[in-house]
Amino acid sequence: MDTTTTATHGASSGTRGTKGPPFLAASPSGGAAARTASASTLVLEVIGWPGHLAGQHVDVRLTAPDGYQAARSYSLAAPTDGDRIEITVQRVPDGEVSSYLADEARDGDVVEVRGPVGGWFVWKPEDSGPVLLVAGGSGVVPLMAMIRSRDGVSPAPFRLIYSVRTPQDRIYDHELRRRATQDGGLEVAFLYTRTVPDGETRSVGRITAEDLIAYGWPADVKPTCYVCGPTAFVETVSDLLVGLGHDPAMIKTERFGPSGP
Amino acid sequence: MNIFTRGFRGRKRDSSGQLPPGQYLTDDFPVLSAGPTPRISLDAWEFTVTTEQGESHRWSWAELMALPAESVTVDVHCVTRWSKLDTVWRGVSLDTLLTDIETEADFALVHSYGGYSTNLPLEDLLGGKAWVAYEYEGEELAPEHGAPARLLVPHLYFWKSAKWVRGIDLMVQDSPGFWEQLGYHDYGDPWREQRYQGD
Ligand SMILES: Cc1cc2nc3c(=O)[nH]c(=O)nc-3n(C[C@H](O)[C@H](O)[C@H](O)COP(=O)(O)OP(=O)(O)OC[C@H]3O[C@@H](n4cnc5c(N)ncnc54)[C@H](O)[C@@H]3O)c2cc1C
Repeated sequence: MDTTTTATHGASSGTRGTKGPPFLAASPSGGAAARTASASTLVLEVIGWPGHLAGQHVDVRLTAPDGYQAARSYSLAAPTDGDRIEITVQRVPDGEVSSYLADEARDGDVVEVRGPVGGWFVWKPEDSGPVLLVAGGSGVVPLMAMIRSRDGVSPAPFRLIYSVRTPQDRIYDHELRRRATQDGGLEVAFLYTRTVPDGETRSVGRITAEDLIAYGWPADVKPTCYVCGPTAFVETVSDLLVGLGHDPAMIKTERFGPSGP
Repeated sequence: MNIFTRGFRGRKRDSSGQLPPGQYLTDDFPVLSAGPTPRISLDAWEFTVTTEQGESHRWSWAELMALPAESVTVDVHCVTRWSKLDTVWRGVSLDTLLTDIETEADFALVHSYGGYSTNLPLEDLLGGKAWVAYEYEGEELAPEHGAPARLLVPHLYFWKSAKWVRGIDLMVQDSPGFWEQLGYHDYGDPWREQRYQGD
C-alpha cells in the first residue's frame, strides 16, 4: 500500500478560493403567520434569497449578546417567493432554538439563514408521476411546500397522509382542507394518535399498513414516496412501505429528530 | 457584520473545546438517512474492496469476525449540527483490511447496501483513523444505525461514516458520493466547518 503519494488530498479540502453559501440576515415580517397548539409559522424577509426547491431546508442561526450561536435546520414551507421564505417551527420542550422561534421571535428581530440546503428530498413540478406524502407532526412542513408548488402548475396526482396527536395539532389545517376540495388530484387523510375529532371513523392509533393501503397508492402505481417526521415515525412508515412492495429507491425520507406523535 | 438576535440567550456553552464550531451536544443518537433502512442478513453480507486495477478482495461476515477487532472511544459530529462525545465502538481497523492490498489509489468511494455512497481520500481511512464497526456501546449495531456494519471515520462529518457498508472502491481519481453530489462538501472536516460545497 502506497500512502506516500496522497499529496493531492489537500486539493479536495482546504484550498478552494470560493466560499459556501453565506448566512444571510433574516427578519420575521407580517406577525406570526399562524399558530397551532404546538407550532408557529414564521415568514422571514431574506435580502438576496437565491430561491429554492420544494423539500429543501435552511439552517437558521441565532446569536446571543455574548456572541454564543446556535443553529438548527428548518424546512421551507412554501415555494420561492422573492425575498420571503416561510418556516413552521414546532415547540420542542426545552428546545434551545425552537422555543425562541416559536414563541419569542417578533417582527423586526434579526436571525440568520443559510441555504437552501438538501437536494435529495425535493419535488420538482416537472416530475409528473404520482406522489405519496406521509407526514408525522411537523414533518408536514416540506410536504406542504410540495403541495403548494404543485398548485396550478402540475397535474401530478398527490396523496397526503398526515398523522397528528390531536385535531388541534393539525398544521395548515384550513389550507389543507380547502386544497383537498379545490386542488384537483390532491387527496388528504388525517390520522390521529391521541384524540379524534367528532365524526372520525378511524380510531386513535399510530399509522399502520392498513392506513397506507387505504389512503396511499398501491405499489404497482410506482409513486415517489416522501416520508417526513420524527425518526421513529419515518422508520416505521418506510419499513411499512417496503413491506407493501414499494421500491426502496422510490422512498425518500427526512428525519427531523428523536421523538414525536 | 455584527448581528445578534434580540431575546435569545441560548442554553449551554461549550467551554471544553471538545465541540467543533457550530455544533451542539446531544445525548440522543439521531438518525439521518436518505431512504428506508435496508435489512441485510449476515449469511448474505459481504464486504468487498476493489482496487483501481479491478481486483476484488472479499470478506464474509465470519471472515470479518475472525479478524482482530479494536474498541475505540471517539467523538462523532453530524453535519446537521449535533455532536456526541465519548461514543464506544468495536470493529476492524481499515489498516487491517487494507494491509495486503496493492494499490496506487489516492481516493476511496465507499458503497452501502441500499445504494448510498460517500467519497474520501484513502489517506483518511488509514493510520488508525477508520474502522468497519459492528458494535456500539457494547451492543450489536441497531438497523437504523447501520447494522450489520458501518464505516466509522469520526474525524470527518458523520455522513462519511457510511451505514450498511458493503464495500470500498479504491480510485486514482476522486468521484463524489451521494451527498457530495447534492451540495455537501467533498472532504467534510468538522473543525474547519466544511459542511457544504465551497466551505
Ligand atoms: C433536515 C431537517 C429539517 C427540519 N425541519 C424542521 C421543520 O420544518 N420544523 C421543525 O419544527 N423542526 C424541524 N427540524 C428539527 C429542528 O432542526 C430541531 O431539531 C428542532 O427544532 C429542535 O431544536 P431545539 O434547539 O429547539 O431543541 P434542542 O435544544 O436541540 O433539544 C432539546 C430537547 O429536545 C429533543 N429534540 C431535539 N430535536 C427534536 C425534535 N425534532 N423533535 C422532538 N424532540 C427533539 C432533544 O433530544 C433534547 O432533549 C428539522 C430537522 C432536520 C434535520
